Amino acid sequence: MGDAGIDRVSERTRGVGPWAWMRANLFSSWWSTAVTLALAYLVLRGLAGLFAWGVVHAVWSVPVGANGMADPSACLDAAGVGACWAVIADKWRLILFGRFPYHEQWRPALVVGLFIGLYAVSAMRRFWHAGLALAWVVVLAGVGVLMWGGVLGLAPVPEDSWGGLPITLILATFGLAFAFPLAVLVALGRRARGLPAVRALCVLYVELIRGVPLISVLFMASVMFPLFLPEGVNIDKLLRAQVAFILFTAAYLAEVIRGGLQALPAGQAEAADALGLTYWQKTRLVILPQALRLVIPPLVNTFIGSFKDTSLVLIIGLFDLLSMGHVALSDPPWQSFSTEVYLFLAVIYIAFCFAMSQYSRSLERGLDRSRRR
Amino acid sequence: MSAGVDGGPAIVLDKVNKWYGSLHVLRDVCLTVAAQERVVVCGPSGSGKSTMIRCINRLETHQEGRIIVDGTELTDDLHALDTIRREVGMVFQSFNLFPHLTILENCTLAPMRVRKMPRREAEALAMGYLERVRIPEQAGKYPGQLSGGQQQRVAIARALCMKPRIMLFDEPTSALDPEMIKEVLDTIIGLADDGMTMVCVTHEMGFARQVAHRVVFMDRGEVVESGTPGEVFEAPKTERLRGFLGQVLRGH
Repeated sequence: MGDAGIDRVSERTRGVGPWAWMRANLFSSWWSTAVTLALAYLVLRGLAGLFAWGVVHAVWSVPVGANGMADPSACLDAAGVGACWAVIADKWRLILFGRFPYHEQWRPALVVGLFIGLYAVSAMRRFWHAGLALAWVVVLAGVGVLMWGGVLGLAPVPEDSWGGLPITLILATFGLAFAFPLAVLVALGRRARGLPAVRALCVLYVELIRGVPLISVLFMASVMFPLFLPEGVNIDKLLRAQVAFILFTAAYLAEVIRGGLQALPAGQAEAADALGLTYWQKTRLVILPQALRLVIPPLVNTFIGSFKDTSLVLIIGLFDLLSMGHVALSDPPWQSFSTEVYLFLAVIYIAFCFAMSQYSRSLERGLDRSRRR
Repeated sequence: MSAGVDGGPAIVLDKVNKWYGSLHVLRDVCLTVAAQERVVVCGPSGSGKSTMIRCINRLETHQEGRIIVDGTELTDDLHALDTIRREVGMVFQSFNLFPHLTILENCTLAPMRVRKMPRREAEALAMGYLERVRIPEQAGKYPGQLSGGQQQRVAIARALCMKPRIMLFDEPTSALDPEMIKEVLDTIIGLADDGMTMVCVTHEMGFARQVAHRVVFMDRGEVVESGTPGEVFEAPKTERLRGFLGQVLRGH
């Protein structure tokens, strides 16, 4: 399309309202009209099929049989025609909260609420001051109390019974909260010109961790690491997985942050030096605020990746959200309804990841406003 | 206030040598700047003049010779370096304002963090210097919203907020559009009238004539000639300086 074509399109878009927009973008020629109609047909057919399967012909609940087990015959009859949401109705608490004692499940539910509240508060720029760090400490301590119990009249619950969404959120939140500062230090260390030993150590750490899959880091943490511990010393499995996860994520974050540090013009550091700021003042007040802002998109990319990577703890026998989906499906009546369970899990993962990406976009826009060029 | 301790020289460079790998960028550079003296350094690009001025506050390290600033020798001693950097202000070719901070925050950052000045006092000081460079009304804006000339004037104000005894200017007008050069030079001339010790790397010969007590001509890492503006510009002794002046004058 030549310049004349672009001019023509932009002239039409100058008209107001959705009709003008559609005429300019969807129906500007017979070819464009044909493609629009064909795609519209496919999309509508797909949506109609999904609606028929997911809503019209769906089975929402099934009776409980004489043996106390759900009777999935209604679902089996509808197989291929309608979705069986009865599996979610029957298993949602198992999937979300794992084998946490049934009557105590308000505790993990509250933990999930606390985490979401913490994210929401942390996302608001007017709360970005020292108090926020305190809020994190308080909330994370509260999470520990609610999950373990044993104090304040809460029944103790062993870690073996934890599972579902709280495990996913614990791994992701503690993971990123500790990995991020570690990553900043490693990224700075990798650029420390006067400290060759520190630099070599940081390079070694990043290359070593990046060179192996997360699965093998988790295996090492859960299987090999205990072999090196003296007899009788036992660090629990969740903590080991958490540490492995932190170390793994930090290596990737460190490289992202290093990219931001390298993108800053050398003049910024020189100006800070010339003013007499110390290394840490320069880093904290001049370098990091600019470097981190530059790498918000890849940072969020890594955050989202890490959030989903928590599901790999499945292989060392921790029951995160995805693992609990598998557990729910191992129940004989529900074995053939994995589509419904996976859709349910996907919606939860998407909700968290989409929120992260939307937030990063609004953050970029907000920071851009304060630094118009 | 007089620079230098006990009336001694503000800056002494004694047989300073520096190499980038095998490239010899400073060769036995000797230069003494007295308190309240204004020295303009000129020379072709690649002559080592920027490297030399950047050695004075150790943005570059020299490998041989001695540099003594305000009575303190520059060594690997970080404490001495901090002391010197507090007393030496620098203005860069590319301004190097902090783009994420407002103009006022750019100016108050170092006084508050390095001099531990209370915010109110630092802001009053900063506003004073912003008025001095005639842009107080821009205090709440960000650097990206200002013109090049305005940014460079802010950079000068930012350096002055540390109340330095010595100011270094590294080609302060080279990155500016012609119509903005004058506003920056006028600001620097204003400082000169206050008796600030200054070293300025520049190609602005008219400015050099107007403010410099002494002009130093560098070429290929060496100080080739040094003298009053009259001596250097009217009666160059070396072929190299004659060639350089010819080029600069032709270019203008």
